[in-house]
Amino acid sequence: MANNEISRFTNIILHVIFIILSITCLLPIVLVFMISITDYDYIVLNGYQFIPEKLSLEAYAYIFKDYSVVLKAYGVSFFVTITGTLVSVFISSLYAYPISRTDFRYRGFFAFLIFFTMLFGGGLVPWYMVYTQVLDLKNSIWALIVPMLLSPFNVLIMKTYFQMSVPPALIEASTIDGAGELRTFFQIVFPLSLPVFATIGLFNTLHYWNDWFNSMIFITDTDLYSLQYLMYKMISQADYLSRNGALIQGSATELAKLPGETIRMAMALIGIGPIVLAYPFFQRYFIKGLTLGSIKG
Amino acid sequence: MITQEKKSVAEAGDSLPVHRSTKRGAMLRHLLKHKVLLLMLLPGVLFLLVNNYLPMFGIIIAFKNINYVDGILGSPWVGLDNFRFLFATSDAWIITRNTVLYNFVFIILNLVIAVSIAIALNELKNKLAAKFYQSIMFFPYFLSMVVVSYLVFAFLNVEYGFINKGIFALFGLDELNWYSEPKYWPFILPLINLWKGVGYGCVIYLAAIIGIDNEYYEAALIDGASKWKQILHITIPLIRPVIIITTILAIGGIFRSDFGLFYQTTLNSGALYPTTLVIDTYVYNALINMGNLGMSAAAGLYQSVVGFFLVLGSNWIVRKVDKDQAVF
Repeated sequence: MANNEISRFTNIILHVIFIILSITCLLPIVLVFMISITDYDYIVLNGYQFIPEKLSLEAYAYIFKDYSVVLKAYGVSFFVTITGTLVSVFISSLYAYPISRTDFRYRGFFAFLIFFTMLFGGGLVPWYMVYTQVLDLKNSIWALIVPMLLSPFNVLIMKTYFQMSVPPALIEASTIDGAGELRTFFQIVFPLSLPVFATIGLFNTLHYWNDWFNSMIFITDTDLYSLQYLMYKMISQADYLSRNGALIQGSATELAKLPGETIRMAMALIGIGPIVLAYPFFQRYFIKGLTLGSIKG
Repeated sequence: MITQEKKSVAEAGDSLPVHRSTKRGAMLRHLLKHKVLLLMLLPGVLFLLVNNYLPMFGIIIAFKNINYVDGILGSPWVGLDNFRFLFATSDAWIITRNTVLYNFVFIILNLVIAVSIAIALNELKNKLAAKFYQSIMFFPYFLSMVVVSYLVFAFLNVEYGFINKGIFALFGLDELNWYSEPKYWPFILPLINLWKGVGYGCVIYLAAIIGIDNEYYEAALIDGASKWKQILHITIPLIRPVIIITTILAIGGIFRSDFGLFYQTTLNSGALYPTTLVIDTYVYNALINMGNLGMSAAAGLYQSVVGFFLVLGSNWIVRKVDKDQAVF
């Protein structure tokens, strides 16, 4: 067979381009990291630099001196992510399975019920009213979990997967053998569809972990700040640090020396941390999951 | 709950002519047979009723002048006044223009770059390296918009930002007040969006390219087709369905925008509104910061209705192109 590979020269050019692209993707994070370990006085004089001449871990020391704020935010984020992911995968699969069953005559109605929500919604205001006035979830941790429990896209992916990977004959055979619907679902359908459960689980984990919007509109209680929201507060309110600092320190002289800029960036890094650690595992399965849906196309 | 509802419907049908009642009977039997399936649907149905269908009744807020004393139902009707106010100001035009134009730029830019990168990745001889590059370029997709706003801030901060202190200082340029200069953001926002989203597009298109049967390329090679010719006449035509579907669906969502991108990375700076305010951020600001419920609801409804027809229309086109890919 003739050689259809690109020339050596083109190959090198492509590698150079990709190395530049990869660096571009990581550079902003490197900058934030470098700022977080730069000496504060150096920043005041020279601004943020990639290669600062004077390093300092003061920002991290400051954050961990009173780690309860960060720890609490981590706790909220972990609780919301784990609970939310488990419950939402469960509810989504319970919804997707019946509408994947061709012998269930009313699957069309229930499919419409969920897919119509992709087309039309009441908008932010009525939705906000329902959560605050009807469900009374303002300043409740459930306000961070409930709004993202069911997504039509996830249900669509699961439904398609069930239809592709679980032959109707198998479900029929299981019923003939006397297994109830629930047993069929948990012992036949679930093991055969593990990849889609893992995929939706990953999607939801990322979604819950990265959410700040629900905190922004429902949460004012500082005990319920998630990590993302804490970070948002630190960047959006210039005075947040000083106010929070004042609470902790109670001393004006200490406050004046507060390395605000570096603390902010250190906080961002503490927020990115778990994503970076989970990334090697995450992206591999994420890519698999994304291509799961495109087998059909 | 649902079974009970259906049951009462079936009972009501008893007085109807015989053929109707047997039909109801069959329906009842079918539902009873599948009562466990209905039970499985129950949590999801409850969620949809509360999270999606109940708020749909709330669109009446857009036609009312809400005050907290009378509540939602008791507040006076004002007809189309909220809409009249909304469209009387230049706000409606600005947020519509911004939303549509940004989305348009995002769609084109991300498509062209993601497809190009995917094709190039596929050509690399070292497959391990290709995988590595792909992983790195996918990384920004995993960051929340709050984190992205920090990264942007590190570059654009007026006092200490790297652009002002590192680059502009080096070339002796004047420092810029990035967060109060609207004219630069039509370039900054597409860049951020591209940086964050290109890896995702790459994954989708690369999967499609890998799926192409190698025989096409072998045949082309025998005919003496160059790499360029192969890309133009085999790769692109064969991944065209994926491109068309993704693009049409994106066009369906052209009235909705990435709230986080426009709210977080701009630090919701009012000075930037002329070029950064989109429908979603307008609705949010009107509700939370201005407390103008009627106006906010009106803008939200305007978005919902136009969005409805856009999604419906784009889905209709998808159906024409490839029936299997249509969502509805």
